[in-house]
Amino acid sequence: MSRETVRRKASQSKGRRAGSSDLTQVNRYIDVDGCKRDHLIEYLHRIQDDCGYLPANLLVALAERLRMAPAEVYEVASFYHHFDVVKEDGLPPPALTVRVCDSISCSLNGAEALIGELQLRLGDGLRIQRVPCVGRCESAPVAVVGTRPLGMATADQILAAADSGNHADGIPPQARDYRSYRAQGGYRQLQDLVADSTPDPADGVIRALDDARLRGLGGAGFPAGRKWRIVRDYPAPRLMAVNIDEGEPGTFKDRYYLERDPHRFLEGMLIAAHVVGIERIYVYLRDEYAGIRTLLQRELQALQADPPCRLPPIELRRGAGAYICGEESAMIESIEGKRGMPRLRPPYIAERGLFDRPTLEHNMETLYWVPEILEKGAEWFLSHGRNGRNGLRSYSVSGRVKRPGVHLAPAGISVRGLIDEYCDGMLDGHRLKAYFPGGASGGILPASLDHLPLDFDTLNEYGCFIGSAAVIVLSDQDSVRAQALNAMRFFAHESCGQCTPCRVGTEKAAALMARPQWDQTLLEELCQVMEDASICGLGQAAPNPLRCAMRYFPEEF
Amino acid sequence: MAVRSADLPRPVSFTLNGCKLDAHPGETILQVAKRYRVEIPHLCYKEGLRADGNCRACVVEIEGERVLAPSCCRTPKEGAIISSDSERARHAQRLVLELLRGDVVDECNYTLNSELAHWSEKLGVGTPRFPMRTQPPADLSHPAISVNLDACIQCTRCVRACRETQANDVIGYAGRGSRARIVFDLEDPMGQSSCVACGECVQACPTGALMPANGVGLLPSDKQIDSVCPYCGVGCQLTYHVADNRILRVAGRDGPSNHDRLCVKGRYGFDYVSHRHRLTHPLIRRDDAPKHAELDLDPDDPLRDFREASWEEALMRAAGGLKAIRDRNGSSALAGFGSAKGSNEEAYLFQKLVRTAFGSNNVDHCTRLCHASSVAALLQMIGSGAVSNPVADVSAAEVIVLIGSNPTENHPVAATFFKNAARDGKTLIVMDPRRTEIARHADYVLQFKPDTDVAMLNAIMHAVIEQGLADEDFIHHRTEGYAALKAHLADYPPEKMEPICGIPASTLREVARVFAASKASMIFWGMGISQHVHGTDNARCLINLALISGQIGRRGTGLHPLRGQNNVQGASDVGLIPMVFPDYQRVDDTAVRTRFEALWGHKLDPRPGLTVVEIMHAIHDGQIRGMYIMGENPAMSDPNLNHARAALAALDHLVVQDIFMTETAHYADVVLPASAFPEKTGTFTNTDRRVQLGRQALDPPGEARQDLRIIVDMAHRLGLHWDYRSPHDVFDEMRRAMPSIAGITWDRLEAESAVTYPCEHEGDPGEEVIFIHEFPRQGGKALLVPAGLRNADELPDQDYPLVLITGRQLEHWHTGAMTRRASVLDAIEPVPVASLHPDQLDTIGAHPGDPIRLRSRRGEVVAHARIDGGLRKGQVFLPFCYHEAAANLLTNEALDPDGKIPEFKFCAIQIEVA
Repeated sequence: MSRETVRRKASQSKGRRAGSSDLTQVNRYIDVDGCKRDHLIEYLHRIQDDCGYLPANLLVALAERLRMAPAEVYEVASFYHHFDVVKEDGLPPPALTVRVCDSISCSLNGAEALIGELQLRLGDGLRIQRVPCVGRCESAPVAVVGTRPLGMATADQILAAADSGNHADGIPPQARDYRSYRAQGGYRQLQDLVADSTPDPADGVIRALDDARLRGLGGAGFPAGRKWRIVRDYPAPRLMAVNIDEGEPGTFKDRYYLERDPHRFLEGMLIAAHVVGIERIYVYLRDEYAGIRTLLQRELQALQADPPCRLPPIELRRGAGAYICGEESAMIESIEGKRGMPRLRPPYIAERGLFDRPTLEHNMETLYWVPEILEKGAEWFLSHGRNGRNGLRSYSVSGRVKRPGVHLAPAGISVRGLIDEYCDGMLDGHRLKAYFPGGASGGILPASLDHLPLDFDTLNEYGCFIGSAAVIVLSDQDSVRAQALNAMRFFAHESCGQCTPCRVGTEKAAALMARPQWDQTLLEELCQVMEDASICGLGQAAPNPLRCAMRYFPEEF
Repeated sequence: MAVRSADLPRPVSFTLNGCKLDAHPGETILQVAKRYRVEIPHLCYKEGLRADGNCRACVVEIEGERVLAPSCCRTPKEGAIISSDSERARHAQRLVLELLRGDVVDECNYTLNSELAHWSEKLGVGTPRFPMRTQPPADLSHPAISVNLDACIQCTRCVRACRETQANDVIGYAGRGSRARIVFDLEDPMGQSSCVACGECVQACPTGALMPANGVGLLPSDKQIDSVCPYCGVGCQLTYHVADNRILRVAGRDGPSNHDRLCVKGRYGFDYVSHRHRLTHPLIRRDDAPKHAELDLDPDDPLRDFREASWEEALMRAAGGLKAIRDRNGSSALAGFGSAKGSNEEAYLFQKLVRTAFGSNNVDHCTRLCHASSVAALLQMIGSGAVSNPVADVSAAEVIVLIGSNPTENHPVAATFFKNAARDGKTLIVMDPRRTEIARHADYVLQFKPDTDVAMLNAIMHAVIEQGLADEDFIHHRTEGYAALKAHLADYPPEKMEPICGIPASTLREVARVFAASKASMIFWGMGISQHVHGTDNARCLINLALISGQIGRRGTGLHPLRGQNNVQGASDVGLIPMVFPDYQRVDDTAVRTRFEALWGHKLDPRPGLTVVEIMHAIHDGQIRGMYIMGENPAMSDPNLNHARAALAALDHLVVQDIFMTETAHYADVVLPASAFPEKTGTFTNTDRRVQLGRQALDPPGEARQDLRIIVDMAHRLGLHWDYRSPHDVFDEMRRAMPSIAGITWDRLEAESAVTYPCEHEGDPGEEVIFIHEFPRQGGKALLVPAGLRNADELPDQDYPLVLITGRQLEHWHTGAMTRRASVLDAIEPVPVASLHPDQLDTIGAHPGDPIRLRSRRGEVVAHARIDGGLRKGQVFLPFCYHEAAANLLTNEALDPDGKIPEFKFCAIQIEVA
């Protein structure tokens, strides 16, 4: 037990000291005059983009500039998958990273084989990373070379792209820009609202949302109008956060709309800000959508250069590879420059959110529909719908169908309806066996339940939910058990590591599910504690696919 | 004032496990359950830390809620129906424990008190059924703390302890998911990290993943003694865990000054008491070992110069020598140095012995070397040398000024409260020529040029008046001398002082506004203010600033010179200084003297005695021939050591009472082996004026004796008839001599461990904030005293171009006698280091770690270079704890005219590669 006491060396100060050249270099990455802790992730991006990785000495210098401790910077840098911290004795990563998605839709479409082939043919200066869903499931399997996405990727294409030197995602060509959006009557709803001198026109907007029964389209489905009213009633200053951290496997609707019509969303966002009385807006965009980032930067600039009315300050923030930051409070932590760890509630973020201020947080798509609802009226929105449900939903469909993609369809449509009417049916030779109605966390339903209306609240009794309406279609050629494991590995990979049931539970569940025989009693016990005792939706929903697999597909065990 | 019951917040009543319970407002379900002795397992929750709710072991079922809720983070709602023992809740609790247990190796390998094992047993959690994670290797790189993360359950108690309690920010929670892990800095080995080894994380860890190094956490203790820390003036309460007359470990206690917190010295610096150098026999100088001025001490071989003697012989020789000088050369030929490390009772008896048996007031101690100038200014201007408000008042302040103080090194636990306050949104203003760690937490950092305190502070006061922020009402009712001060300050506009002090005029104005306009501003200072030839002037400026801004006499305001030694406040209070009797009653005041002559039954000398440095000069002049030094080490702590050591060697007779063969004892004729702090009981007064009880935990080794008994034995042999049988007896006499503590009873100290004075009558609560209505001067008003510009005594020049600053470092105490013999502290800082700006090191072509020679007009030393970007080029910092590179060989003995304090913070030196 006893040992020689270690002694410190004479020259050794406690801890690291930032060198003067490092401090000078770091000045290039920060806003020297107004460097702010909440911009930490942005600064880390700048270093990573410039150096290709995060050298330890620069992290120490950055900490000193931000008057933070090295540990505070390091724990943030090490939390996000898109950062590579390299210590003095470590090897910098190869100059180019190829990220290959291995989530459900891509794995159905040969991601494993692709990764295997790439690893065999891998050259110098290149590394392959398995990554979770990059939001392009309609063209699975997907690889991202640098930031340039390749759909229906083959190893040949990927290696050619790597060799080509073109590794950057471009601005989506089909996007309607500010000028043409304005020319076609865009921002009129916002201008009318701002100019409206009748008493409390904002209230009319909220009533319209209530009437349209518009709900949060990020997955939780909270009524939008009610949310606006709640936040508006808290004392100013109030802040707004827009969630475009679209990361639920199978989901790509936000990307789809932004690539086409970013200003529809921005107008909706500004209407919300005006109605709720928002001081400052933060738009949090997942790092995987690099082309959209450039697009939004350009369009926000155009908007601010020639604003349709007075605008609140808008900050575009960049995620760094963390699914959990799609959870509303984790996103707030991330915007504050911290690790994306969900907060305990209460207090709810409407009351105490960003920087402890009342915060209106919305998924991008919820805001996207606001101008059109105001323009065409709640009735128009409600006129759509099936099976007793009302409104429109943007279903991201992928998997074994002929025409995967975002399909705007009546809320309440069944998966059968979606496949037959919107996706041109199943792929030839494939028969519907199962489907994820709401991404990885929404659970798995069998073909025998292909008639259920897909909408909020309709799937609860089946152990599922629609969430972001990411429908992944599995066929008789697919193993539900394998995809349940894929989902659990995803959750284990993306768990923030805060609470025991999720941090340990997802990892243990994935390990138990990888065994030839599932210990279903033990797994069910595990599911129970994850669902009951996890802090946030990630851990609470993580058991859904596992439980569904055991419940609906006993023949696979 | 009566409080009507209707004003009190109503309790919340709810049902837990079928029983109706009442929660206090704000109380969590877990806290209520604990109060009612309902057991709910919990791991990440620890009292004193922010509840984080991450482990989920404490989840409960709340009727109407979809999922379970963490009882540590939830307050119950009125009428809520909650169960912690329902099947669902218990299942979750058990599974959480099982999941965590499955991932740790047997945590009982590291700790006797695993909370995980405890709750697992309580809930009957069997052998975990899950595969175990891959375990990280142990990190045994730190001398004080072992890191075994194979026992870590990611509860982040250590993170919160390190960052939120101590605000040291070393520990992080890195990575994500099942790879989330505890790290130090950039995932560095703990021993190479910025860890300051406060041990708060060890105290917080529930599973032994962080434990005292070398497995001492696994040794059972047979008694636990509540006591106080023996090091700095903060006065942290602690508990010694003792087995077989040996301290195994130390834990923080919830004292008013520390709330369970400790620093590395308090927690790990205790094994000096059993160091092989402990003196265990009385020693008498050998006839064949004459004294000489040069120091050639070999603490491993005291018998080279001394022989062992019986107590009887040693005491006879010790007292006999002093008596002979007194009888031959008169009272004024003797002097005594007591110690600020000893108890109040020891200090009191020591000064009484000098004043009665020696017959002079030549008694002083190291207060002369730390805050003498501050005390001189305070006594002159507000009539009392003590602090006006406790450190804890930072929680009531809006603005905190910290000047000439490096609290993270010198008052580490007080520093944690400053850092907490800064994070709570209070404005922290740090003023110091050297940028130290605390600056990271500050809103304003004024790194002014050394030696220009008065210029900067006068400019700030000028700006206060100029901006109309002087508190005219306070000035009118509570002070005198404002007109003169205002006229004087007219000459110090910020623009004129900017080139002198190096701080932009706009900053000076802003700081003036922030300080004066706030609802409550507090000033703390350290020896950067006091240890100058203009130290008293520096302190006067701070006092003026507080007074003209009306920032004194309320909670969260006032003046607080941070005391250095654990009992420097008490030693001064009980009269261990040459000009006053206990309670600062002047020796040249006839009425006072008459009172003390009656109390002590002895004629007393009406002339103030000599101070520390004056005594050294008097020895050289042949006036002082004999000394009794108890627990003080002037052969290390005095300025210009060659001069001081020559003086000690020149004494006809020197008696040293100490626990080690110190540099001073080396010059002794008789050495009396004394008791270390944990070997005795006594009271100690901290920087907050808090009298606290230190309790004996160990027996002294060999023939070493408790100091109080030695002083009494000496007194007997010097002809006094004393009858004190315990510190309690002495304390009772002190209460009669000192109105300020008259109300403090020994029983109350036993019961409460700490009582703040003034406490003049039994039952008084003790006044934490003073000067609320008046100042203890004639007329009750404070005196404003202008201070002009004056330079340091020895300015840098071509030959000696650099400025030497001396001071302490975190791990080492004062002259190092204790801490360099504490194995952990010595391992962390084993060799002398001189810190300087990296560019300065470049100019002499040396690298960090290289030995460099520092030379002043008075001496030279060699120390290892260390870079510190917080110093300016042209400054060198050298701690004075290293005997092999004694900083005070270099320092200048020039004195402040009022405080008689030497200029430790400024002298001219040159450096070269050694």
